[in-house]
Amino acid sequence: MSHKIISKKQLSEDVFTAEIEAPLVSRAREPGQFVIISINNEYGERIPLTIAGADPEKGTIRLIWQRVGKTTAELADLQQGDEITNVAGPLGKPTHLENFGTIVCVGGGIGNAPLLPIAQALKAQGNKIISILGARSKELLILEEEFAQISSELIITTDDGSYGRKALVTEPLKELCQRNPKPDQVFVIGPAIMMKFCCEVTKQFNIPTQVSLNTIMVDGTGMCGGCRIEFDGQPKFVCVDGPEFDGHKVNFDLMMKRLNAYKDQEQRAHEQYKKHRCKIGLDK
Amino acid sequence: MNISVLSKAADTVSNCWGFLTVTDKENQELLQQLLQKQKTGKLTPTDRYKIPPQDMPEQDPITRSGNVNEVATGYTETQARLESMRCLQCKKAPCINGCPVRIRIRDFISAIADGHYKKALDIIKENSLLPAVCGRVCPQEVQCQQTCTVGLKFKDSTKAVSIGRLERFVADLDQNAGSVPAVAAETGMKVAVIGSGPGGIVTAADLRRAGHDVTIFEAFHKTGGVMVYGIPEFRLPKAIVQKEIDILTKMGVKITCNFIVGRTRTIEQLLKKDGFDAAYIGVGAGLPRFMGIEGESLIGVFSANEYLTRANLMKAYDFGSGADTPIALSRKVAVMGGGNVAMDSARTALRLGAEKVYLVYRRTEKEMPARIEEVHHAKEEGIEFHILQSPKRIIGNENSHVIAIECLKYRLGEPDDSGRRRPIPIEGSEFRIDVDTCIIAIGNIANPLIRQTTPGLEFNKWGNIVVDEETMATSVPGVYAGGDIVSGAATVILAMGQGRIAAAAINQYLEKEKKNRNQRM
Repeated sequence: MSHKIISKKQLSEDVFTAEIEAPLVSRAREPGQFVIISINNEYGERIPLTIAGADPEKGTIRLIWQRVGKTTAELADLQQGDEITNVAGPLGKPTHLENFGTIVCVGGGIGNAPLLPIAQALKAQGNKIISILGARSKELLILEEEFAQISSELIITTDDGSYGRKALVTEPLKELCQRNPKPDQVFVIGPAIMMKFCCEVTKQFNIPTQVSLNTIMVDGTGMCGGCRIEFDGQPKFVCVDGPEFDGHKVNFDLMMKRLNAYKDQEQRAHEQYKKHRCKIGLDK
Repeated sequence: MNISVLSKAADTVSNCWGFLTVTDKENQELLQQLLQKQKTGKLTPTDRYKIPPQDMPEQDPITRSGNVNEVATGYTETQARLESMRCLQCKKAPCINGCPVRIRIRDFISAIADGHYKKALDIIKENSLLPAVCGRVCPQEVQCQQTCTVGLKFKDSTKAVSIGRLERFVADLDQNAGSVPAVAAETGMKVAVIGSGPGGIVTAADLRRAGHDVTIFEAFHKTGGVMVYGIPEFRLPKAIVQKEIDILTKMGVKITCNFIVGRTRTIEQLLKKDGFDAAYIGVGAGLPRFMGIEGESLIGVFSANEYLTRANLMKAYDFGSGADTPIALSRKVAVMGGGNVAMDSARTALRLGAEKVYLVYRRTEKEMPARIEEVHHAKEEGIEFHILQSPKRIIGNENSHVIAIECLKYRLGEPDDSGRRRPIPIEGSEFRIDVDTCIIAIGNIANPLIRQTTPGLEFNKWGNIVVDEETMATSVPGVYAGGDIVSGAATVILAMGQGRIAAAAINQYLEKEKKNRNQRM
């Protein structure tokens, strides 16, 4: 089965979104789930990407990704009408949806993408949604409008102060936690370091906090265990036990190190691809 | 009927221990003498005992540890015929009782001795659909060859008739022929086969032969299951597995990859909404077991599944020159475990450029579940065996990279439930081995995905599916299961045997279903 790119858009310097034909996934998928894609059947790498949305009637899913390595760069170079060889999913356990009351949704960088369908579904359950979206700068902020539609309050922070508050997301998060009544639940999705510090804040206030993890995976079905994290001192597999976990029990320090396991090799592959791509450009 | 055989290029055959060589010419002379004797009815059991056991020609250890090509290159025609003449043609044929699928071993060997290779293969195919695979990866020494009279006579199972090598010989001759089994008239019944490993392949073939509309669902992007992600190329070339898959496609079996049953569609949806009349679950074990010791999440610790999948399926050995999947650049590797998967991991690490590979096992070589041949190959290639040792913890540096394992020494105590002597740690015997990579190869447990998503399906306390062993039927009508998800980690041949039992039962079930439906109409 091939997966045609119906439309594709660049959201910021390194962030892209595409609507992709995947009828079975689009019908089965629930908020919080992801797919594993690869571009080349023989030599391609399998990478997990969260499903940012779906249109079951059209049979499409929406993916949002950041250009960080070779495969995500190759994906970014595909155009409307091109095909993605393999899309497997939906994978992972869906988000546990419930009317908790007031929920703070914290998104950082590309994390806004997986957070959006979860926030939308929580809103549909009758929760009051307060969103905090963080980015390094204004240009890198994504999905602001979509979050504005479902949030009773929307707080934007940027590292450089080019938009919203000049702060890290933990600052407004702490303020919200200090409110009376305090929020009933917090969802955080973003860089591991951000999730770690958000969890430290909410822990002080004893507010249950869900995080969605995006570790290195190969098969995505529990077979390899490469995605394992330390949860409450025990190994857990992000692909079958997650991707969502009680953030207060995740060993983020170890997870961050594991995320860098192939950093050197990945960088080299990416550099090589960029060089190769430049040469292709010169031929034209 | 005799199919012609191209004589192999190699005219000298190196002994598997590496120091003796026999020329093919000498072998041919011996064969002619024996054939002459046989013709005149003078070939005695004593003559047969005297025929030297034919060693498998293989790449020499130094060359092969630098490539991923198959280690064992296969018997020459002369060797195959000599080896087959070692068979005493016992009346009782105890070898057949040792075979999980009861291949008529004596008869196929006799056909090889007579030079009737096509006939030999036809006999094998009555019971086994994957002879090229099973000839390579079956643990013959604990199955057919264990009960072989010749081996018993020499009190050495390695001197039994090499049934597996002979099976491989005739199967490989057929690799180019590619005969496609006949398919019965369409029955209009639809069957889902979940998983494209050895069990799934034979089940699909048998069901399709009966005329059913068969679809295989595979979670990975490639078919073949453990035969492509787990067993390395140097032991089972991917092309052999692909050929079996191609035959299925030619028979009209449909294959859908990237389809995770339980997630993409559940079994219930397949049966109730997608029009499938029956399903076979052959998803394998699918969840790696870890040791539960300190440091197992450090960078550089892999499950054997992950390590082998990266290397085999994703071709990480070509990282930087084509393949996009990286793998650890290891110098010193410790593999924990004593099974075939441990041997595969150790030998793969060596081929990926490791300088030192240690195999750490808490019992002795005698208790190792790995095949003798694999142990022998591993040692020959320079894998260092550390027996009666097991890691107590894995030690990392400030970046959480593995730098060493701390091991305990063990001694053997009384036999445990498995009949093997229980390993007992020796207190205070801690010592350190410096390594940068650890591969945990201590087995798999049942993957929870089907369990979580299939209400009504009965599982045992280990998470394996409960079946009626006569039919492989599960607690859900129309749903059958076999292979590792039923029996825990086992072998290709067992998965295949169970798949065939299930296929036969499904064929019966569908026949009944069809009758019931016709009556209702």
